[in-house]
Amino acid sequence: MINKVFDSFDEAVADIPDGASIATGCWGTTSLSQNLIAALKRKGAKDLTLIVHNIIPTLFFTEDEVANLPVLLPQLKKLIAGVVGLQVLGAGAFIKEYVEMGLEVEFTSHGTLASRLYAGAAGLGGIYNPVGVGTILEEGKEKRVIDGKEYILEMPIRPDYAFIRGHKADKLGNVVYWGVYREDHPVMAMAAKVTITEVDEIVEVGEIDPEHVVTQGIFVDRIVKVPEGGLGSPQRAKELLFKVAEIDIVRQILFK
Amino acid sequence: MKQRLEREVIAMRAAKELMDGDYVNLGIGLPNLCALHIPEGVIFHSENGALGYGPLVMQDEVEKADQHYVDAGARYFTPAPGMAIFDLVISFAMIRSGRLITILGGFQVSEKGDLANWNTGEDPLGGTIGGGMDLAVGAKRVIITMEHTTKDGKPKIVKRCTAPLTARKCVDLVITDLAVIEVTPEGLLLKEVAPGWSAAEVQALTEPRLIVARDLKEIEL
Repeated sequence: MINKVFDSFDEAVADIPDGASIATGCWGTTSLSQNLIAALKRKGAKDLTLIVHNIIPTLFFTEDEVANLPVLLPQLKKLIAGVVGLQVLGAGAFIKEYVEMGLEVEFTSHGTLASRLYAGAAGLGGIYNPVGVGTILEEGKEKRVIDGKEYILEMPIRPDYAFIRGHKADKLGNVVYWGVYREDHPVMAMAAKVTITEVDEIVEVGEIDPEHVVTQGIFVDRIVKVPEGGLGSPQRAKELLFKVAEIDIVRQILFK
Repeated sequence: MKQRLEREVIAMRAAKELMDGDYVNLGIGLPNLCALHIPEGVIFHSENGALGYGPLVMQDEVEKADQHYVDAGARYFTPAPGMAIFDLVISFAMIRSGRLITILGGFQVSEKGDLANWNTGEDPLGGTIGGGMDLAVGAKRVIITMEHTTKDGKPKIVKRCTAPLTARKCVDLVITDLAVIEVTPEGLLLKEVAPGWSAAEVQALTEPRLIVARDLKEIEL
């Protein structure tokens, strides 16, 4: 049986070249593949294209506590994202210095990004999308009227790599997720040429009920286990959650 | 100066638009305040992949929070019986297939029902698109909750949006701190006014001409 299990995150990202495109999940600090992000930072590959739904500054942690996407900003050539920063904190101000140094930013809507990734995954030539008509998203794109309604052509996205935050993987790469960590990971795994997953647990083949598999092993190339209590582990995430909840302003944003 | 409705009251009025069995997605900010007032049986959708989730975790019950359960605004929610979790391809199929009602915030709404709510237009990096465009285009009903005027008193209901658009001709109903206005093919129909306000006073703070409903009434909760 082919061995997809890697012992270290550094080995798992070792072949990522300069100029590669990488899709990964991020919703705040939820669903981040923190160890893969940290490893990619250590590797230092540059001129990368990052494809994410959200890129949000980590305001209340050190990089030892949370490896969030902004640590990769110095390595990026291009960013494709639905949300850049938080409106209440001045939105994209935190990437301004990189934009001034030449970072290209392509805004998208969440739904459009998910659909473009699906098109890439499914071998489609693109999608006709009603979202974005009459907005900045239609600039420079082909338009077409279908059944009396306007659409714009959005091109497929086929990332070189996807970083996937699973909960449990078997050694064939069948993955189940935990809660909203699922995010856009299933379609990113399908769309990417190489998919690397970091998971809380690696189990033997047969231990995941076939009816429960969300991402099938055919879409997963490399599996690395998150160290117990280490970066991105459930234990660490819980500790950080309680820590931020002590900060008044954060508690007001994250809780009712 | 006359009293305008509190944000909480706008939210209460918006919540009245929903019924048992409706699927609803609430935007960040003012729309989210509606959650406390929504009738039983309404099912919440969060675009990051959850349907039918339970109440948000309150500030004094932090121990209930689980990092695996956050809504699209990154706030912790409690799982509920009957909840479903899914990926974003499925989530946005729910959104674009017209199954949801959405309540969103707004910077500007035009007389044709165009919506601008993601960037005020002053700074290209000063706003984010997120799932707002998808919701505005795809939802079966789009309800906008916002203040009637900007902080410096300019109308937010305008002839043409000057801020970058979120979507064209998408808004069905606008609920502000002064009025409830429906977007109709004939124009903007003023249906309700805040207590103590006349149609003429609301019109004076609204750029396009309002059609005053025959049965114009005070906003009721």
